[in-house]
Amino acid sequence: MTDHHDPVSDAVSAVATADAARERRNFLKRGAAGLAAAAAAATTARAADPIGGDFPEWSTKIGTPLRGYGQPSRFEAPVQRYVQKAFGDLAPGTGGARAPIERLEGVITPNGLHFDRSHNGAPDIDPAKHQLLIHGLVKKPLSFSIADLLRYPMVSRMHFIECSGNSGLNLAPQPPQLPAGVMHGLVSCADWTGIPLALLLDEAGVEPAGKWLLAEGADSAAMSRSIPLGKCYDDAIVALYQNGERLRPEQGYPVRLLLPGWEGNMNVKWLRRLKVTAGPTHTKDETSRYTDPQPDGRARQFTFEMGAKSVILRPSSTMSMQGAGLYEISGIAWSGGGRIARVEISTDSGATWKDAVLQGQAMPKSLVRFRLPWEWNGQATALQSRATDEKGNTQPSRAAFRAEFAPDIRFHNNSIVSWAVNADGSVKNVYL
Amino acid sequence: MFTSKRMVIAMAATALLAACAAPTLAPAPTKSPNLGRLATAQEIAAADISIPPDGSGLPAGGGDVRQGAAVYAGKCVSCHGEKGVGKPADALAGGIGSLATATPLRTVGSYWPYATTLFDYVRRAMPIQSPKSLTNDEIYAVTAYLLNLNGIVAENAVMNAQSLPQVKMPNRDGFIDYSRR
Ligand code: HEC
Repeated sequence: MTDHHDPVSDAVSAVATADAARERRNFLKRGAAGLAAAAAAATTARAADPIGGDFPEWSTKIGTPLRGYGQPSRFEAPVQRYVQKAFGDLAPGTGGARAPIERLEGVITPNGLHFDRSHNGAPDIDPAKHQLLIHGLVKKPLSFSIADLLRYPMVSRMHFIECSGNSGLNLAPQPPQLPAGVMHGLVSCADWTGIPLALLLDEAGVEPAGKWLLAEGADSAAMSRSIPLGKCYDDAIVALYQNGERLRPEQGYPVRLLLPGWEGNMNVKWLRRLKVTAGPTHTKDETSRYTDPQPDGRARQFTFEMGAKSVILRPSSTMSMQGAGLYEISGIAWSGGGRIARVEISTDSGATWKDAVLQGQAMPKSLVRFRLPWEWNGQATALQSRATDEKGNTQPSRAAFRAEFAPDIRFHNNSIVSWAVNADGSVKNVYL
Repeated sequence: MFTSKRMVIAMAATALLAACAAPTLAPAPTKSPNLGRLATAQEIAAADISIPPDGSGLPAGGGDVRQGAAVYAGKCVSCHGEKGVGKPADALAGGIGSLATATPLRTVGSYWPYATTLFDYVRRAMPIQSPKSLTNDEIYAVTAYLLNLNGIVAENAVMNAQSLPQVKMPNRDGFIDYSRR
């Protein structure tokens, strides 16, 4: 995906530069604070002086006034999505903005950092003028306004969304030396709230001949995908809220489809139309793209469920260790098949494996955070993680995954990620 | 997606433990306030732009290869290259016979299973800077041109609601349906 331009490394170097500048600033500040402290110590004897000299500037004046919508600290400004425009300025809305997963903790992706994969930009939809149409093989074709939809009973569920092109960069012949988010950040997790799709389908009354559903977006790519009706009646949601607030435009405002555990592209954003059909429509994004070619020239089509997967984020490639000692290995795991049952970690290049601790309750089709304390002896080694879900699906090795598909496979790479930790403390992406 | 079954017994035990400890999800509501408004035939016809392989829903009109070449030269060549060779955007021609080789080239001609998808996609999404700006005649014509570039239809072919679904794409049988696995 970096063949056209190299916006990813541009983005990465921009982040690196911003980091370096911040480090310099902090260093200077520490120096200045030290001097001030020494001066203060020399004068503490004078009881008549105000104590303000002993406090940092922000403790001695009125802070930022109250405001309507909070923003991250300006010191966190370098934490940005990695924007990659697949065709540069020719098609500025086509490509991906990847979540900086290696700079986040827990499992919730902040709304402004949720990954965005769009095919022709995010439309600026006026909710008062948007309608959702349900038609095709139904007894009553129905149109819903957003105001109507907001009155329906809802469910709230924690689910990940992962683009099936995630980790495609790790299929390159040589392991890219990029931050984890650039390679594996087409995954995010949120608390989604919306209407069970089954409720709306039942209101329209699906005819017995109806077996599939065509979902279409109101963006200028009019993204469309075919979905078997079984999934629609199982756990599909017509989502209106993301982490408590209404959907962000990049996430489909005012309404999107959520198909828990299924490939990101099918979770159609800016949902405008649902057509019940007898068979799949064979849209561009379920034929030309999002199909998985085998070495024999044929391709698997409609491979919906995302595989069991995990990635260690701290430490991860492009980071560096600060000498031997105790570290906490921390990362995320997920599976489209259900709950994550276990995550094993190897700190000796795959020779032995130990169970990591899963944080809190693993929820089905949600990210889960895993951790493991690790005493690094300062010698070269490699770290790997391997997730297994409640159905027994587990992550394959990179070699096994590669062998199963054609040389240009781009989608559904859930193979094990390996980070080399070198004696000089550098952490590199490697293929084991 | 790619999965392998290992340690089935250990897993079953872990799964059982997980199941006991796991919080139960609240049941989904089943009662609807029934606020949907009956959609009219006209609004459905205006909104419904998807075309399945059987061609149902294809609009009236048509276009031939020569007319399509003119549409392509005016509205597509800047991004998809002379004769669809690609650059800066995707190649739209070539690669037939390459899919099982070490250097597969996947294009409309070599990879797409249905010609109806080409009409459907160009109508909804192309040209990328002004989607939905082409007339149905222009879309039929540029579809005919791209199919001819790939050697799939003859130079005198006309594409319309009858002929388009009849086109047999070279890779029609190249896909394995995983939707029920
Ligand atoms: C400004 C550049 C631009 C112009 C002009 C343009 N396209 Fe495209 N086209 C693209 C981009 C970018 C994509 C990839 C979109 C994506 O990945 O979502 C694309 C994708 C396509 C595809 C899908 C290719 C595949 O293999 O998946 C077809 C077919 C296509 N264009 C046809 C046309 C036709 C026909 C025209 C003229 C009517 C046209 N395009 C004009 C940029 C352009």
